[in-house]
Amino acid sequence: MSTSVERFDERARLRAERVGRDVVHRGELLRHPVYTRVLHWLVAIAFVLALLSGFAIYSPWLFHWLTPLFGGGPRTRLLHPWFGLVFDVAFVFQFLNWLVPMAWTGADTRWLKRIRRYTTNEDKIEPAEVGFFNGGQKVYFWAIVLSGVLFLLTGLLMWFDHVVPAWIVAVSYVVHDLAALLMLAGFIIHIYEGTAAMPGTFRAMTDGTVTEKWAWTHHPAWFRAVTGRDARAAYEREQRRQAERARTVEAWEREQDAHENTADERVP
Amino acid sequence: MSNPQTFQIQEISAHPGPVPGAGTQRAEEVCKYIDVTTCIGCKACEVACVEWNDHPFRETTFDDTYQTMPSTEWNYWNLIKFAEDARDGNLMWLMRKDQCMHCEDPGCLRACPADGAIIKYENGIVDFQQDNCIGCGYCISGCPFDIPKFNEKTKKVYKCTLCSDRVGQGLEPACIKACPTGCLHFGTKSDMVQIAGLRAKQLREVSGFADAGVYDPPSIKGTHVIYTLHDINHPERYGLPKNPVIPASYTYWKWTAKPIGLLMAGLGLLAVFFHRVSVGPKLPQPEEPPLVSEHADPVEAKRKELP
Ligand code: SF4
Ligand code: SF4
Repeated sequence: MSTSVERFDERARLRAERVGRDVVHRGELLRHPVYTRVLHWLVAIAFVLALLSGFAIYSPWLFHWLTPLFGGGPRTRLLHPWFGLVFDVAFVFQFLNWLVPMAWTGADTRWLKRIRRYTTNEDKIEPAEVGFFNGGQKVYFWAIVLSGVLFLLTGLLMWFDHVVPAWIVAVSYVVHDLAALLMLAGFIIHIYEGTAAMPGTFRAMTDGTVTEKWAWTHHPAWFRAVTGRDARAAYEREQRRQAERARTVEAWEREQDAHENTADERVP
Repeated sequence: MSNPQTFQIQEISAHPGPVPGAGTQRAEEVCKYIDVTTCIGCKACEVACVEWNDHPFRETTFDDTYQTMPSTEWNYWNLIKFAEDARDGNLMWLMRKDQCMHCEDPGCLRACPADGAIIKYENGIVDFQQDNCIGCGYCISGCPFDIPKFNEKTKKVYKCTLCSDRVGQGLEPACIKACPTGCLHFGTKSDMVQIAGLRAKQLREVSGFADAGVYDPPSIKGTHVIYTLHDINHPERYGLPKNPVIPASYTYWKWTAKPIGLLMAGLGLLAVFFHRVSVGPKLPQPEEPPLVSEHADPVEAKRKELP
């Protein structure tokens, strides 16, 4: 990664930080700074617009009810490439922003090998080596990079179909669809993992923060890197704390019960 | 664009379910037969087409030939193509009337994703319904003859209608009416194939064109515009593809792989939903309130007992 890109990235981050704000409360960690969050939602909005208008072009006989959103069939067709372009441009910035944490490591390969255990929730907390992004997230990121490039290439060929030979357009059309299906699969999983599958995750992209608990559960190595504490030790400590608190509450409740019983006896 | 009420519709682009009124009445397949050997390149048909369809004459590019313009345009559907060819050491001038071929298996219709934007009638005419066209341009890449043309202003695609409006009223297409040499004919497909065959035979036996034949390409199940050519073995000399085919992406991909892809996306949605319902979420650990003891959970206790 060239230093000029890094410097640009750093400047953009600082500028975003001056306008926006990251508020971190006690027991929380900053996961995604303002710059990342803004980029994420730019990419997301452009993607959803491209997806909806794309559906209407992919199979109008199924999705023609989507075209009024964009002002009818021809306008849907007209706007779709522009949505795609915004998506690609916004993603280029996110790409630069995330290039370093998204680098593939041996830990990610091992993560992929135990994906079955991951999907069946076999482990309480993730293995200690799982960092800021896990293997699955990195696969999604690189899949977006691949699809983004394919989208742009084939999209341009189809956009300028009056100068491009017909057979190239015909091939582009298939490749564009394949990239879209790949994206769609990733998108479904991404939304699920970011919301219903892992409570406490969505706020990382809204407020930018997550709880420490969330961090040591899902990204132990990152937790360790930012707090200096061991994830499993923190988890076990919290477990003991919770048990202790439960015992205290129970004792208090017993005491209260006893108190109320004697009070009842005194009533004639 | 034609009024779909005029004919029996046979096929509709991207239309789910049956075609309304299909098979209710037997209709003759129509055909335009062009005898290129008697065409004199007068362009009367070009003018007739422009006039009947009320197109303004458009600007053109001079490219050192007698052709009016390099190719057909969105508002210029009928073009005589001039090709210079060699025969027996002499110049031979090939003049061919270029327009939509009204294919029996139309690539434009196969490629079009919009419901009802392209209609093929029982009589063989393939017609665009601009009201339903979304301007995606897929038809352009699906056509083996490079016929559909995009209008930058309306963002829709246009091409020859085989004068479906005239044919619907029992008239011949405008170009046929204008042709002074009688090289253009119009009638039922079987009649035209027969006349074309006879003319080819005459060319072979009487006029010394041993390779004369009829162009009605079987690779797209024939066309509703057919030609007799001096040399049927080299249609590319006239600017016609020898073996016109529809790109496989519009036959296999569109009607098999694409719906399967959508189905998989649908299944994916179901899968994540049932994952949430059965496996459940990954909560930050340890969970709060603390998990009930395993013995208090009858299902969990049972699971532990299993071998
Ligand atoms: S020649 Fe082209 S536009 Fe005409 S029917 Fe055939 S595929 Fe369609
Ligand atoms: S541009 Fe062609 S393929 Fe696209 S909707 Fe219009 S007629 Fe159909």
